[in-house]
Amino acid sequence: MDFRNFHNMSVDIRIRKGANIQLKGESEKILSDASTSETFALKPDNFFGIIPRLIAKEGDRIAKGAPVFHSKKDPRILFTSPVSGILKEVIRGAKRKILKIVIEEQEADVITHKITSKSLTRKNINEILLKSGAWPFIKQRPYGIIANPDMTPKAIYVSTYASAPLDVDFQFLLKNNKEDFQKGIDILNKMVEKPVILSVDSTFSGFFENIKGVELLRINGPHPAGNVSVQIHKHSPINMGDNVWEVRPEDVVNIARLFENGQFSAQRTVAVAGESVLHPQYIKTKIGAQISSLTDITGYDKSQQNRFINGDVLSGKIEAADGHLDFYNNLITIIPEGNHYRMFGWLPFMDNKIPSLSKTSLSWLFGKKGFSVDTNMNGEERAFVVTGEMEKVFPMDIYPMQLIKACMAGDIEKMEALGIYEVIPEDFGLIDYSNTSKIEAQEIIREGIELMIKEVG
Amino acid sequence: MNFLRKKLDDLKRPFGKGQKWERYAPAVNAFDTFLFVPNHTTHSGAHIRDAVDLKRTMVTVIIALLPVLIYGIYNTGYQYLIQIGEAFTFWDAFIHGALKIIPMIVVSYVVGLTIEFIFAVYRGHEVNEGYLVTGLLIPMIMPVDIPLWMVAISVAFAVLIAKEAFGGTGMNILNPALTARAFAFFAYPTYMSGNKVWVSEASNIEGISGETILGTLAAGGNINYGFLEMFQGSIPGSIAETSALFVLIGAAILIITGVGSWRIMLGSILGAGFVGYLFNLWGANALMSFSWVNHLVVGGFAFGVVFMATDPVSAAQTNKGKWVYGILVGMFCILIRVFNPAYPEGVMLAILLMNVFAPTIDHYVIQGNINRRKKRWASAFKTV
Repeated sequence: MDFRNFHNMSVDIRIRKGANIQLKGESEKILSDASTSETFALKPDNFFGIIPRLIAKEGDRIAKGAPVFHSKKDPRILFTSPVSGILKEVIRGAKRKILKIVIEEQEADVITHKITSKSLTRKNINEILLKSGAWPFIKQRPYGIIANPDMTPKAIYVSTYASAPLDVDFQFLLKNNKEDFQKGIDILNKMVEKPVILSVDSTFSGFFENIKGVELLRINGPHPAGNVSVQIHKHSPINMGDNVWEVRPEDVVNIARLFENGQFSAQRTVAVAGESVLHPQYIKTKIGAQISSLTDITGYDKSQQNRFINGDVLSGKIEAADGHLDFYNNLITIIPEGNHYRMFGWLPFMDNKIPSLSKTSLSWLFGKKGFSVDTNMNGEERAFVVTGEMEKVFPMDIYPMQLIKACMAGDIEKMEALGIYEVIPEDFGLIDYSNTSKIEAQEIIREGIELMIKEVG
Repeated sequence: MNFLRKKLDDLKRPFGKGQKWERYAPAVNAFDTFLFVPNHTTHSGAHIRDAVDLKRTMVTVIIALLPVLIYGIYNTGYQYLIQIGEAFTFWDAFIHGALKIIPMIVVSYVVGLTIEFIFAVYRGHEVNEGYLVTGLLIPMIMPVDIPLWMVAISVAFAVLIAKEAFGGTGMNILNPALTARAFAFFAYPTYMSGNKVWVSEASNIEGISGETILGTLAAGGNINYGFLEMFQGSIPGSIAETSALFVLIGAAILIITGVGSWRIMLGSILGAGFVGYLFNLWGANALMSFSWVNHLVVGGFAFGVVFMATDPVSAAQTNKGKWVYGILVGMFCILIRVFNPAYPEGVMLAILLMNVFAPTIDHYVIQGNINRRKKRWASAFKTV
């Protein structure tokens, strides 16, 4: 439907539970171009629940936008090359699982799809998104997997509020893409029965508020307020059988580009942030680019061991320094590794420079200018003992500990009743961080969701 | 520090992965991690972690217990020496108490930790820190003259039956420390109740009366202690239960650090105060007309609700559940005190009883959440 003349509705949502962890190394508002990335990579693991079937093989010449693999379950869902070049290598892990498909960039063809812009229907749009490889830009709830092309969503959410530590400012990141963003919203609006729901950080105003044809959610509150799960839960919670879609802001732009020139657009603007980064800033590149093409520009402290994270410190994925950018993230975080001992560090009020949500630390007195963090566990995993702490950082009407326990027990009925349809692992990032017993909540929820997909579908 | 670290790493080598003594690693790690927070880094999930861990949490509880313990040691000596009638100093009293109590603490830790270590090695997990608190609580809630072998047997019973049989730390239904006390109470009643056990040496020396206030009231006697004495705690009783003042200091530490649930503590006070007040109105016997304010400061009530009812594993786990649980602990405590003169101290049984019902309370709280969700599903389904 065309909601261009739809009078923008706006809803204020206030979130109280959660926490902002201020870290050192925030990106400066500078936008540069990446240095040359010789190779680009696609990683099937970026797509939760997808089992890849390769279409191209090593040594093949690949056009930009040509399919590299498809989903085993649904061959219509294609994953296409962000650049033209040669398929250099398929890196496999245990049991020949495909970890990475590396494409060396070279001059070659570009695949262009025919767009008849006058008569774009939902069906046309679906078709073009699927065959161009842009469909994976759309993720769905429940489960946070790539959307099912056969479903009509109850709503589409686009969250421009990134609340995780060191996360990006989409107002800045997309400042040169305002028109494309509007066009992308218009296209998405043709796929749903009601206008796209665009959420913004209520404490900043910018061009997103002038976007037409959307329902505006003004979100106020600490992380995880920027997570779409939390926003959906506060706005219009997911019921059993509901299908809700999520598109990331830059991918709204990528979709608009696709419908302008018929070519798969893989633009990715990435903030490289974190204490180890010498000149943290925003860099424009493409999906799957080499991390080194970004760190060439920003630099990082090579005198120490560092952890490279595709994404934020709470939910991102570990990556090698010579690795590649993931598919969805707009953030690379680099922080020091923490493989050191701390004498008597378990005493209350010791080492207050480590950020802590617990009052057994005086860390709240420190960190005005941001905390230094490393990857130390600060303890060891223990049995569940402390209660009530997970609820403090989980702003949904869901009992997180009980849901985690239901997932550990693999009790599907209980998981369903306790709200598994409304959450994705990322929503438990702060719980991972703050829980006393060092329980790996995100991993448990991920396994729980895998079980749901397998048993319920 | 580096020298010490290197020495430790050398010592630990035979316990490493694939080495000869690998299966005993949890026992060695338990000591090592008391010196150093290990160098483990995050491997999945969040890449950064909070500074808090279970060790820090449990040590906070121990810190909160110390003021009560120190006063309890002093009071043990004080109750004895004041009845002997000789002049004495603070240190006389403190040393008398320390000589009685420190051996109990040692026995409790040695027996309890030995069992914990054996189970950790047997099950192949690290030693959980929970027993550090339990092991200190057990001697603190015993009568001072209980023989050490009874402490040992009570500890063994509590750790084996109340904790490890249910799967270890985090899995137990009953509070282990109270289970130890309840075991001793029913197994050795002559050492755990009556008017000869609550003051040091009362059973050996003629003329020393060792009756608690609640015991006196239950027997229909009159008490000659003022509110301030009861609040400060210079009265006979289990080692650490007598001083509401020092328990309040501990409560403040637990609440400020967020380690103990203020909901449970406040709920218990409200529940006990309410029932105590109702009985005051009724006033049929000495215990009923005992002021509800005094009920809050005598006996083990304050100690029990601050340090035992708040045990997160055996208490209710939801915030709403904690209110209900706390209020019921308080109500049952006074009910047991007043209606059952055989057990003038009601708080132990009240907490154990509510430990059993805590999962039921949580069940209804969570069922409420589930019903809300299902109702939403149903109404959404109708509008489609």
